[in-house]
Amino acid sequence: MSTTTARPKAADSHPTSKAARVLADRRLPVMVTAALFLVMYAAGLSRYQNYGFGEAQVFLNLFIDNSYLLVAAVGATFVILSGGIDLSVGSVIGFTTMFTAWLVERQGLPLVLVIPLALGVGALGGFLMGYVIHNFEIQPFIVTLAGLFLYRGLCLVISKESIAIGDASVSSMAQTQVSLGGAFLSIGAIVALVVLAAAFYVLHYTRFGRRVYAVGGNEQSALLMGLPQGGTKISVYTVSGFCSALAGLLFTLYIQSGDPLHATGMELDAIAAVVIGGTLLTGGSGFVIGTLFGVLVLGLIKSLIQFEGTLSSWWTKIATGVLLCAFILIQRAMTARRKT
Amino acid sequence: MTTTPRWRALTHHHLFWPVAVLVVLLLVNIPFTPDFFSIKMTDGHLYGSLVSIVLFGSPLILVAVGMTLVIATGGIDLSVGAVVAITGALTCAHLSEQADQNALSGVFTALAIGLAAAVVCGLWNGFLVARMGIQPIIATLIIMVAGRGVAQLITDGQIITVSSEPYKLIGGGYWLTLPFSIFVVLAVVAVTALLTRRTALGLLVESVGGNAEASRLVGIRSRRIKIMVYVFCALCAGIAGLMISSNTSAADGNNAGLWIELDAILAVVIGGTALTGGRFSIGGTVVGALVIQTLTTTIYTIGVPTQTNLVFKAAVVIVVCLMQSPKFRAKVFGAKRAAQQPPAPAAPADTAPTADAAPKLEVS
Repeated sequence: MSTTTARPKAADSHPTSKAARVLADRRLPVMVTAALFLVMYAAGLSRYQNYGFGEAQVFLNLFIDNSYLLVAAVGATFVILSGGIDLSVGSVIGFTTMFTAWLVERQGLPLVLVIPLALGVGALGGFLMGYVIHNFEIQPFIVTLAGLFLYRGLCLVISKESIAIGDASVSSMAQTQVSLGGAFLSIGAIVALVVLAAAFYVLHYTRFGRRVYAVGGNEQSALLMGLPQGGTKISVYTVSGFCSALAGLLFTLYIQSGDPLHATGMELDAIAAVVIGGTLLTGGSGFVIGTLFGVLVLGLIKSLIQFEGTLSSWWTKIATGVLLCAFILIQRAMTARRKT
Repeated sequence: MTTTPRWRALTHHHLFWPVAVLVVLLLVNIPFTPDFFSIKMTDGHLYGSLVSIVLFGSPLILVAVGMTLVIATGGIDLSVGAVVAITGALTCAHLSEQADQNALSGVFTALAIGLAAAVVCGLWNGFLVARMGIQPIIATLIIMVAGRGVAQLITDGQIITVSSEPYKLIGGGYWLTLPFSIFVVLAVVAVTALLTRRTALGLLVESVGGNAEASRLVGIRSRRIKIMVYVFCALCAGIAGLMISSNTSAADGNNAGLWIELDAILAVVIGGTALTGGRFSIGGTVVGALVIQTLTTTIYTIGVPTQTNLVFKAAVVIVVCLMQSPKFRAKVFGAKRAAQQPPAPAAPADTAPTADAAPKLEVS
């Protein structure tokens, strides 16, 4: 489905200038993703109408079930916009679930204290990775890979077994429902939407946001313009670390346990969501709103597969891969146009 | 440094630091397991810690050798773990449908099918990177994500078990008293080393990695070289996949080769091949892969809780990368070392432009 929407645009863009203008529009990938989401949703509606697909709650469940992914993907958007990559996302999420569960259950700390602590650890980890990446000029790929190993290892150091959270405040928070007419959202989903709104504001209406785009667009030019390129890079990884830790907290809330194997490979989902959302992996171009649609598309694939019933879970991975491929090719077509 | 030139030549050799790390790691074992280096002969097979390090490390060595060439062209291949899973799954799926699993013809077709799938994956990666001009990390991410799904699709989410004697030989059998997989690894490494160091191929690969556009202008078909290295890398991953599934006589689409791409990249980096491309060392990679396997084995034998394995690995990555970073060394070791930079190292000097950007592990 996705390839049919993608290919023709790439192919017949050559002769007409109108097609070229469409391709040169930076908002194109976001619009393609949004359209894809709508088409998929409409297809789901027509196919599973009798199974309650049309209920508002099914739609809101997309936000509830993917709140942690959305937060993690927002963090990844910052990094990717700045031209970097963060592979430690999944491990940080796993570590945060473990760390929170351990502090709450084994150490008996109150949740009010645990939450800032967990966020602080995530942000500090991100800061350190950013510091090493900027100051020692080591590729982000390899530094965050070390972060991936380190956090996953620390999970296992805390405990090899999973820790269930029986704390009353956690479960009451997890079960809180914010009603919206006939349907409801969880606290996690609301936090995720707030994070999204904050990221949108920061990226488009603050100096820091412009710097992120500038550094990602062309690091040399950003440097020559006198932008604090080092500070921006370090902040971007700090933001990503913070978002990952927050995603970890939401994940803990969602699943109510800590497990050393939670969220393995989540970084791939986050990166895939960002790419599907139309952010260029070379940095400098993209919108955080696109990331929202990317996450929604991934979430919709999962719920479509659930509604279908006969398809197995691995079709999620295959569909993600196919979508990823299609969007990378769209991006390629766009950048190729812009250069010539 | 007031040491003799010979000592300096030795410490400046590109294999010195990886080998030193390996030797130190091996020596660490002696106080804990005194008979670490002893090799026993039982039932006509050689047994011992050293043999098992090579045996368990052989899939990693294979994948890392393939990865070395990809990294030398300035790329990276994240899909190797998925290729390992696909190859194992396809081969075992075909094998398990045979009436007689021990028939050689059936085994060979199964092997051919598995390896063909690996080659297809490699061609796809190469096509995306060389033809479409997509960043290697992203291009190979596609198969990394989708490939594991495909492998699970092939095995139907189950673990397929086979009971084929000839197939078992590849990853778990013995030949001439040694594990057969050691011979497979030796053959692949020897062929790769010969092709890259005795012919111009290695030079071409390095020149593409150094500057793809410039090498195209001097008449090197850089696209073809790139496609070739991705196919080669996938093929190595395919052979590793055969080994892993043959060793356990089972194909697990979900877990076979999980994270092997990260270990392989680590092995390449430890071996002194810089991620920026333009130079590579097959010998270094083999030593690097052995270092990782020895590290894992050492953690088991000295009684450190196994869950700290990943923390150790992270520490190794960080230290190795910091040591390779020119800026870090400039900051920590200051002007003293910067002044001594010029002496020509013993490493091949044909990669002069990148030698500054990618120095060896020459910090003491």
